[in-house]
Amino acid sequence: MTPLHATIRDSARHVRPHRWLDGDPSLTEVTDHVARPLNVAPGLGWWLCFATALAALATGVVCVSYEVATGIGTWGLNKTVGWAFDITNFVFWIGIGHAGTLISAILLLFRQRWRTSINRSAEAMTIFAVICAALFPLIHMGRPWLFFFVAPYPNFRGPLWVNFRSPLLWDVFAINTYLTISLVFWYVGMIPDFATLRDRATGIRKALYGIVSLGWNGSQRTWARYETLSTILAALATPLVISVHSIVSMDFAVSILPGWHTTLFPPYFVAGAVYSGFGMVLTLLILTRSLMHLETYITIRHLEAMAKVTLLTGSIVGLSYATEFFTAWFSGNLYEQATFYGRATGPYAWCFWTMVTCNAVAPQVLWLRRVRTSVAALFVLSILVNIGMWLERFVIIVTSLHHSYLPSTWVMYRPTIIEVGTLIGSFGLFFTCFLLFLRLLPMIAMWEIKADASVEAEEGDLAHA
Amino acid sequence: MRSEYLIATYAGPGALMTAVRALRAHGFKIYDVYAPCPVHGIDEAMGLRRSRLGYVTLAGGVLGLVSAIAFQFYAAVFDWTLNVGGKPDNSTLAFVPITFEITVLVGGLATAAAFFLRSGLFPGARPRLAGPRVTDDEFAIALRWRSSVFDAGEARRLLHEAGAIDVRQTVVDL
Repeated sequence: MTPLHATIRDSARHVRPHRWLDGDPSLTEVTDHVARPLNVAPGLGWWLCFATALAALATGVVCVSYEVATGIGTWGLNKTVGWAFDITNFVFWIGIGHAGTLISAILLLFRQRWRTSINRSAEAMTIFAVICAALFPLIHMGRPWLFFFVAPYPNFRGPLWVNFRSPLLWDVFAINTYLTISLVFWYVGMIPDFATLRDRATGIRKALYGIVSLGWNGSQRTWARYETLSTILAALATPLVISVHSIVSMDFAVSILPGWHTTLFPPYFVAGAVYSGFGMVLTLLILTRSLMHLETYITIRHLEAMAKVTLLTGSIVGLSYATEFFTAWFSGNLYEQATFYGRATGPYAWCFWTMVTCNAVAPQVLWLRRVRTSVAALFVLSILVNIGMWLERFVIIVTSLHHSYLPSTWVMYRPTIIEVGTLIGSFGLFFTCFLLFLRLLPMIAMWEIKADASVEAEEGDLAHA
Repeated sequence: MRSEYLIATYAGPGALMTAVRALRAHGFKIYDVYAPCPVHGIDEAMGLRRSRLGYVTLAGGVLGLVSAIAFQFYAAVFDWTLNVGGKPDNSTLAFVPITFEITVLVGGLATAAAFFLRSGLFPGARPRLAGPRVTDDEFAIALRWRSSVFDAGEARRLLHEAGAIDVRQTVVDL
């Protein structure tokens, strides 16, 4: 920084602190802080996490290979419970992704500035979560190499088209659209940051960043168009994210099974998805901010804001649980009642009560400001949210299936070691991707931090004047 | 475009804004402004037209919507009718989710593609930088040099008055 730069910046410094930054980093310091993890060798903490994630991923690869080679019989599914761990994992991972889109798209439309520091990593989380989710229907096919059968392509079997009336097919379109639009949004958001990194790098890195930055030069004409593009993509992603989990819920709601056949499902699933996603964002960011020393950018105020969203969506989820039971009682429908009473008192009651404790009761402590501003408490709570929301999907799927209309079909479902290994593997895949992301891509949107910091500086000047 | 430019650099968006307003008020035409982040309000100050990307989204969305609903109708009603649970061949309501997804998909991809095309961004494009730090912490204004219509002294005075760190006249490709 030239002396003149420093003088001008000092004169522009304002008395008021930044709302969403701790400290007052200059624009070039923002670049330094964000680019640092990309240039230095990872520390012991990162290597430990990475080794654990790789081990989990390896477990998953072994289990999936065994399942594909042997058959779906290696899972604990039976004629009655035809969906269990795989679809639970699928819905769980898709749900995780929703917080990323909420932060990057919906909060952008609402002009919430606190999203700036966390939107990049939340979007990354979305993409990795959707990839993990897509894996489960794929391996459940048994012959995953025939996955293209789900696409309506011209074929020699008629052409026999896919069944456009099936929610499972809607899912195929919803998930693929969601993944594609999220990827575009994520990549477009990174182009200016790639350009910043390109102009500081040398050698092979400069060449690589040069390719991915597409010749970006910070022209205001491009910036103006760029902001229009961001707003349009956000406006498209907002209804998209709501549609995705609504469609996922229709996989169940469109059937006639008691416990599934309810109009409450779409909003209930969307709220649950955002809730579980914020749980995962909190887990990831609490780890990341200390692991990568980014406390300046991901402040306790960010965590508190996320805790408030968690409280809101957790309460909606709690209300949905109550509504389901009320409807079962009020409908007077014997089968509906049997399913819900069975959930609370049957063989899977421990899953149900753990779910209620984690999802409906635990988040209520977030009414207290002391809990919302305690990193340790938030971390514990975020893990509880993850456990609770995984169990929620398990409860909805398995308890509804295992005791339905015909007593002669009633059975128990128990997962096999292969299914557990596959679940562990999906966590391994997710964390491997996320840890690599932290080291290979700018995990904080530098240009958005700079835009916010300079706007705040100007406002500070006006207030000062 | 390779040409001779007068390039002034600033440390913050405030000074940049002052300079843009002063130049425009004195009738200078600004070639472009370069910044590490979007500067709010500068589009109006520069007199930039509102982006028309929204029309591309509309066109893409309509294309997606029409083709998705038409294809599902054709496949389910004309080409190969399937009796699923006695539902009518033309179960329009059941076609809505996929139609919505395709509308969003085509609309979004068309908008992104139009943005890249219009802005000349593609892999391998050479960045035409107004200065080494315009993607880091410097804000720059570029005026295209045309000796016949350009009062250089006046332009320099305005640029400096707004608080320029540096004003230089140079031949570059922008």
